[in-house]
Amino acid sequence: MDAGARRSTFKFVLVVVGMFGFGFALVPMYNALCDAIGLNGKVKMQAAAEPVQVDTSRTVTVQFVTTVNGGRTWEFRAEEDSVKVHPGEMRAVKFYARNTEGRDLIAQAVPNVAPMEAAKHMRKTDCFCFNQQPFAAGEEKHMPVVFMLDPALPKDVDTVTLSYTFFEVEQVAHQGAPAQPKI
Amino acid sequence: MAHHDHAHDDHAHDEHHGPEKGIMRWIKTTNHKDLGTLYLFFAFTMFFIGGLMSLVIRAELFHPGLQFVDPEFFNQMTTMHALVMIFGGVMPAWVGLANWMVPMMIGCSDLALPRINNWGFWILPFAFTMLLGTLFMEGGAPAGGWTMYPPLVLQTGNAFPFLIFAVHLMGISSITGAINVAVTILNMRAPGMSLLKMPLFVWTWLITAYLLIAVMPVLAGAVTMLLTDKYFLTSFFTASGGGDPVMFQHIFWFFGHPEVYILILPAFGIVSTIIPTFARKALFGYDSMVYAVASIAFLSFIVWAHHMFTVGMPLAGELFFMFATMLIAVPTGVKVFNWVATMWKGSMTFESPMLFALAFVFLFTIGGFSGLMLAITPVDFQYHDTYFVVAHFHYVLVPGAVFAILAGVYYWIPKWTGRMYSEKWGKIHFWLSAIFINITFFPQHFAGLAGMQRRVPDYAVQFVDWNVWSTIGAFGFFLAQFIFIFNMLACCYGWFGRKQGLPDRVWEGAHGLEWTVPSPAPYHTFEVPPVVSDNELTATHDAVDALDKHKLS
Repeated sequence: MDAGARRSTFKFVLVVVGMFGFGFALVPMYNALCDAIGLNGKVKMQAAAEPVQVDTSRTVTVQFVTTVNGGRTWEFRAEEDSVKVHPGEMRAVKFYARNTEGRDLIAQAVPNVAPMEAAKHMRKTDCFCFNQQPFAAGEEKHMPVVFMLDPALPKDVDTVTLSYTFFEVEQVAHQGAPAQPKI
Repeated sequence: MAHHDHAHDDHAHDEHHGPEKGIMRWIKTTNHKDLGTLYLFFAFTMFFIGGLMSLVIRAELFHPGLQFVDPEFFNQMTTMHALVMIFGGVMPAWVGLANWMVPMMIGCSDLALPRINNWGFWILPFAFTMLLGTLFMEGGAPAGGWTMYPPLVLQTGNAFPFLIFAVHLMGISSITGAINVAVTILNMRAPGMSLLKMPLFVWTWLITAYLLIAVMPVLAGAVTMLLTDKYFLTSFFTASGGGDPVMFQHIFWFFGHPEVYILILPAFGIVSTIIPTFARKALFGYDSMVYAVASIAFLSFIVWAHHMFTVGMPLAGELFFMFATMLIAVPTGVKVFNWVATMWKGSMTFESPMLFALAFVFLFTIGGFSGLMLAITPVDFQYHDTYFVVAHFHYVLVPGAVFAILAGVYYWIPKWTGRMYSEKWGKIHFWLSAIFINITFFPQHFAGLAGMQRRVPDYAVQFVDWNVWSTIGAFGFFLAQFIFIFNMLACCYGWFGRKQGLPDRVWEGAHGLEWTVPSPAPYHTFEVPPVVSDNELTATHDAVDALDKHKLS
């Protein structure tokens, strides 16, 4: 094999290694993009809200949707189906959850906002989704969410849906295989 | 193809050691022609297995309701059919054709990395044993679709790690093949064959190799993330751990869209080789053909999200991917019009390779048009995940890529074996294939537009008629391929009294270095770089030149 062929082989192998790394680099790039433009309805998971002027000229309906992942029978619902708020107005709502399984578990709620243009305007000062929630067997909880819609919310948005999906944290460790009931 | 049974007849190059005898020849070989043969035999074996799977699918869909298989097994069939056909059939077939033809077309003795070549091939049987072995496992084969979307794919049972490692092995095999071909083309061309004088099959393969090198590692990364998500507590795609399943779709299709051009670009090269031969004219617009292929390859990197218009994207994103996708129609149109212009005022004859090449131009264009329809974001919301999509990609893959593979084998088998195939049976094979493939896939457009979903073993009774046609077509197409297999094996092994003794230039209108070596091609060719005569250059850079050159008076 001549030197030219050796050199181009080496270059191609470098590209292969680089592109394998690029595949992984897409993960932080994607997350940064989602954070920046609220892609996929992703919501910031830290408390952040500075007081702003309340815009009483607009009223926006905020609907709540709850799901439990993996066909579990836990009870999980918003205590009000929907609320009407003015942009800039701080509002507290409560979610109710009960562990109906005969064992202790730890749950994590993942929020999502639709339409996705509204995602980055959904500001929360408190949310049960900020932390993992331990539930004893049969335990029930009333969990707070304090949120505000940024007045910069696009004018054509009059309804925002805030959805929470409860995942069992254990399950992350045993993806796919449903967690065995502990005896 | 195989000519080990008459290898001792090869007196032309007595000074070289010939191939070894027996099975070890094939296991240890580093000869590009042997490996090309192995790749092609492997690919057609996989076409057969994947074809059987498609027959299970079509038999089940002959009538609504469940008759032969349970839904879980049906899902395994759709998933495995795709994986086997793409990674086991079409891609190895292209690597096989590149192995055989690239060195003979550019005038070098072998590929640049012969041992890597051997290794790249022999990974494949292991990869597919692993993948096909999952069919016999408890829990069955992967059933979440070939696209392996999480979270569904993470519910795969014991088959999951086998799927991932099989994909890794296929990836390694493709990457080694691609590096080998690209290094050979860039460094080992005969003196006088500059890049813009290369035959188009070589050009399309060079660009395909770049695509493979760029995107197969990304797929490897994506499936590695799936593996660690399932077994090592990572959360790349797990929502509860802060990951995002939609991100997998973006990464997958960043690989997946260039992948579909990997499957089709060499077909463009084959068709651009065959049509000038049987139109007895030089290829029209050689330079624009090269630039068109390069533009298609570039655009393939910026259109991936058109596979996922319905996941939820900002409007600007949907528009960008829609327009970028439609832009691909421009270079593709350039190619189609160039093929038509090549035939214009040509002295055409219709041997089997030409028939398949012509069917390619016509039917691939239909697939391209349905692709344009799918590119329109608002209507894609209706077409998404319906049989319209199935009809679209089968039109570009079967009468597209597979017809081009068949055309290539018909075209070069006399050169490989020294025996002419039966033209009569070639024509019968062509007409049966062309008719049955349209009976199979054309009705699926209508079923899809009317709302029939993909990947579901049952359907509403309103779709019965279309599905009955599809199933009849699928069985007919499958059976017709045995004509081809026997016709080609008869060339390999001299069945039906087929004798060797063809001229070097098997086709009177053919040009290119491969037609300057004896038929069958000796085990070693071009150990001394040839002088590239003007007559063997298939490239023309001037319109007047293109009209006159190669035209027989």
